[in-house]
Amino acid sequence: MDSHTVAAQTAEAGHIEHEHPPFLRHHFATVEQQRETATFGMWLFLLTEIMFFGGLFCAYLIFRNWYYPAFVAGSHSLHLWAGTLNTTLLIISSFTMAMAVHAAETRVRKALIGWMIATIILGSGFLCVKAYEWHDEWVEHHVPGLNFSPAGFLHGTKDYPDDKLPLDMAEKTQVYFSLYFAMTGMHALHMVIGISLLTILLIQAWGGSYVNGHVAPIENFGLYWHFVDIVWIFLFPLLYLISRHQ
Amino acid sequence: MHSISPVIWQFLIKWLTYFAIFPPEASSIAPYADALYFFLVAISVVGLTAVAILVVTFSIRYRKEVHPVATPIDGSTLLEATWTIIPLILFMISFVWGALLYFRIYSPPANAMNIYVVGKQWMWKVEHPGGQHEINALHIPINRPIQVTLISQDVFHSFSIPAFRVKREVIPGRYNTEWFEATQVGTYHLFCTQYCGTLHSQMIGEVVAMTPEDYEAWAAGSTSGNSLAQNGERLFASLGCSSCHNSGANAHGPNLANVYGSHLQMKNGPFVTVDDAFLRDTILNPTMHEVAGFAPIMPTYQGQVSEEGLIDLVEYIRQLDSQYRIDQTINNSAEQPIQTGATPPGTSAPALAPGAVKP
Amino acid sequence: MSTIVTLPDQSTATLPKVSYLNKEYGLKSWLLTGDHKRIAMLYLISITFFFFIGGAMAGLIRLELLTPPSDLLAADTYNKVFTAHGIVMVFLFLVPSVPATIGNFLIPIMVGAKDLAFPKINLLSWYLYIVAGTMILYVLASGGVDTGWTFTTPLSTHYLNTHVITAGLAVFVAGFSSIFTGLNFIVTIHRMRAPGMTWFRLPLFVWSHYAASILMVLGTPVLAITLVLVVLERTIGIGVFDPTKGGDPLLFQHLFWFYSHPAVYIMILPGMGVISEVISTFSRKRVFGYTAVAFSSVAIAVFGFFVWAHHMFVMGISSYSALVFSLLTMLVAVPSAIKIFNWSATLYKGSITFETPMLYAFGFIGLFTIGGLTGVFLGTMGMDIHLTETYFIVAHFHFVMVGGMLMAYLSGVHFWWPKMTGRMYPEGVSKLAAVITFVGFILTFFPQFLLGYLGMPRRYAAYPPEFQVLNVFSSAGASVLGVGYMLPLLYLTWSLKYGKIAGSNPWQATGLEWQIQSPPLTENFVETPIVTHEAYDYEWLESKKGSEVPTVG
Repeated sequence: MDSHTVAAQTAEAGHIEHEHPPFLRHHFATVEQQRETATFGMWLFLLTEIMFFGGLFCAYLIFRNWYYPAFVAGSHSLHLWAGTLNTTLLIISSFTMAMAVHAAETRVRKALIGWMIATIILGSGFLCVKAYEWHDEWVEHHVPGLNFSPAGFLHGTKDYPDDKLPLDMAEKTQVYFSLYFAMTGMHALHMVIGISLLTILLIQAWGGSYVNGHVAPIENFGLYWHFVDIVWIFLFPLLYLISRHQ
Repeated sequence: MHSISPVIWQFLIKWLTYFAIFPPEASSIAPYADALYFFLVAISVVGLTAVAILVVTFSIRYRKEVHPVATPIDGSTLLEATWTIIPLILFMISFVWGALLYFRIYSPPANAMNIYVVGKQWMWKVEHPGGQHEINALHIPINRPIQVTLISQDVFHSFSIPAFRVKREVIPGRYNTEWFEATQVGTYHLFCTQYCGTLHSQMIGEVVAMTPEDYEAWAAGSTSGNSLAQNGERLFASLGCSSCHNSGANAHGPNLANVYGSHLQMKNGPFVTVDDAFLRDTILNPTMHEVAGFAPIMPTYQGQVSEEGLIDLVEYIRQLDSQYRIDQTINNSAEQPIQTGATPPGTSAPALAPGAVKP
Repeated sequence: MSTIVTLPDQSTATLPKVSYLNKEYGLKSWLLTGDHKRIAMLYLISITFFFFIGGAMAGLIRLELLTPPSDLLAADTYNKVFTAHGIVMVFLFLVPSVPATIGNFLIPIMVGAKDLAFPKINLLSWYLYIVAGTMILYVLASGGVDTGWTFTTPLSTHYLNTHVITAGLAVFVAGFSSIFTGLNFIVTIHRMRAPGMTWFRLPLFVWSHYAASILMVLGTPVLAITLVLVVLERTIGIGVFDPTKGGDPLLFQHLFWFYSHPAVYIMILPGMGVISEVISTFSRKRVFGYTAVAFSSVAIAVFGFFVWAHHMFVMGISSYSALVFSLLTMLVAVPSAIKIFNWSATLYKGSITFETPMLYAFGFIGLFTIGGLTGVFLGTMGMDIHLTETYFIVAHFHFVMVGGMLMAYLSGVHFWWPKMTGRMYPEGVSKLAAVITFVGFILTFFPQFLLGYLGMPRRYAAYPPEFQVLNVFSSAGASVLGVGYMLPLLYLTWSLKYGKIAGSNPWQATGLEWQIQSPPLTENFVETPIVTHEAYDYEWLESKKGSEVPTVG
């Protein structure tokens, strides 16, 4: 196990003393221990994030089960092209992030910076599309509490004529949109935090960090970024793809 | 007596007069709850005594002055097993006993007399089927099972009668029920036990358990004139319910005669027993309860009916035991059942002769 | 072999010249520190501050309840006072108490590391705690919040106009402080153990913190999202908990209790870890059934996630699901019982002394046993119907939290005070305080069991007159209890300057922390220890008695 590893490493600590890169924190015996510890920490943090989003998914499952027709109508009112575009942007950004990690590991500064910039651009693009979608919800009176009106759901739409709901079920679309805004909002908040952190990492990478063997921050940020992507992979079908098969 | 200051004496008298240490056993279930309580107290005393004896005797016997050298002992699987299994058995007995008591407390007998309670900040509104309305008081006969149907108009409350050992949360949006049978004449506390805002501590009432004769007298003298069902009948008509819910061959809604307690088949398959909760929710969210064989055209009455109004309607439908009663309602209210494909409910159609039924 | 306790001659012990306390001076060196020991001290001061605020609220409550009518405080004020008492005591005192002070200080030393895995995140934890505390102080100063610490909807979302949002966000921030502490502990225990320190050589204190950290890390995020939803419902009006919009207020209850039940195990498990250490040291023996105690901590953590709806038995959940939750509640009670018996058995054939930490530990055993057994009353479904939402619940959780956890915290503070400060506390007055606390506690809270069975509801500012006598007993006890808690504040502060010098191992205890100087160096160990002995190995300790503990200066 890990103490075994540490034992093996510290046994040679006396010989490795001179190999003390500036990024090795003093409370770690070796670079390897530092890297593994940081990764462990990030995975554990992502586990807490799963529990965090879990509450929302739980609420979603319950209400979708109760108010299925309202959820169908609500889902159909979202722009499928926007959701698909966002999914594509995020998946590509995960690819660019993985390439950035590879660049850090192979110590190529320009590639690292390029891939990080690409990730930031793609992430920002996601947020722009999301902002457009939210604006659209506002215009259509689908924002719960603030300006919600079920009127739009009392008649079917061109694409989905069967989405005509009686008033009491139309009122329930407010619950759908409550969850929509809570879930995409929480996800967007994580995107904003991610892009901010990535910008800081970018500035540091510009200054030469992370191509000198200290890859853990880039790797662990990559984990976070992939996690945020995976959350969206779940959100997209749950919110956008309810009963779209006709 | 004169050596004690009159002020202190006054306090002593007051405290001792009012001092209580155990609640009265005033319902049929109270002795069972108390028996379980004494069992739990007994195992707690036994457990605590066992631990206390161990700790005290070991502390005395093995204190440093008389036992300077500690004997290292790793453990004993046998002992671990013992003090795992014995508590587990005791807790399991408690679990089974508690489960039986729970099911007893929350399963009302079929012949229970129904009383409705609406909780709101910060009072209890009690409605007897005969039309008696009470605020913060509940008059009941002894030796008769009573079921209270509870709903809140606003926030969570909790309906608690400690003397009867019963309690149930009163929540907005759905009915909860609870039943009890008082066995002792007297006046008992009714508390709200779920924090509900500023005057939570004032949401206190009295449960007055009376002999059946006294109860009849009280009921006769306290009625406001109309029973809940009569109020419900008026609402049923004024909201236009009878335009769809009638006995006509092409009626748009299920016939409500004897529907209470029956099994209805829902559009998506399963059968549902029609009870208070079902009726209330159907009136507010009809799309959630589409009955097989009928078009889903019932409008929602959310916002148009108060909780008291819903109770009146539920009580009315509960009493509908024949087609004749429905016809009476229709004729008394002069609302006409709609013709197929003709005017929507609520608008008037040509009057029929009294007593005539649409073919 | 001998396990005779001979306290080293205190008069010859000297304070080391260099320690974590004097390595650097200045406010900035404290406020920007990465040293887990300094962060622990920062927490100690802040937690003590909030404890006394929560305690003042308690004092007001007990003063009001001396008389049946609501005559001291207006109803609204009383509601704000008990809410403040709950929020401050639960989130700003009990949850961080042992982990953030004693745990932060000792976990790295006990596993043989120089610091926690993530020192900066540790500091961030403290700052988040301070932000949360400041927000709560702001709420208190600007009119209070009166939701109860349980934020029950729809009361909190639609029917109150007090500072619900700020209070909810404060708890959210405090939650993240807790999550980061737990995350740090788990990673440290997994990855930073010294060579030879296998899992089963760890002190039981570490095991209980590991179990509590699992709960912190997995449970607290659910509270966080629940509070977010409450804030959203209050601000923009989403309706997930609002029945008039199709939402379900019971959903809030499920989500809230999904965290808040494991929260009570977050609060008690670290305390149980302290008791293991103290009982072992003052009996001069390995804890009886080490493996059982270690695994029971993890069992409590795991089972603790599956019992939350026992807070909802009367709310209208299905009777069949209530059955499941009641059964699981009985199962989670068993590991706690196992621990009590194991601790009692540790005394058998020991060599027992009765210093203050041991007195608090005995108090814990008695009071936690009562509190835990009354938990079985409440987990028994049919009994819970009568007892829930009454003073029986209040008595139950105060027995386990105050009689249990707070006593364990005081036990730990006294036990490790010499290590943290280099000085001994005054033994005579501290024993007196322990006894006063024990007596005051029973007088305060035992009558509340009787009040609960009588039916007196919780959170009542005014009550029927027949409940007065028991309430007077309870309030009288509270004043005694207050004295019991003030005394340590005074004499511990006094001991910082005037206490006897402690030396490295005043208790002759096992454990890596007692092998280093008091107070420790910033980097804890002069050289990385290599562990070859089991936990609570008093024979190994004998063999070490000859060697000098390396001190610097």
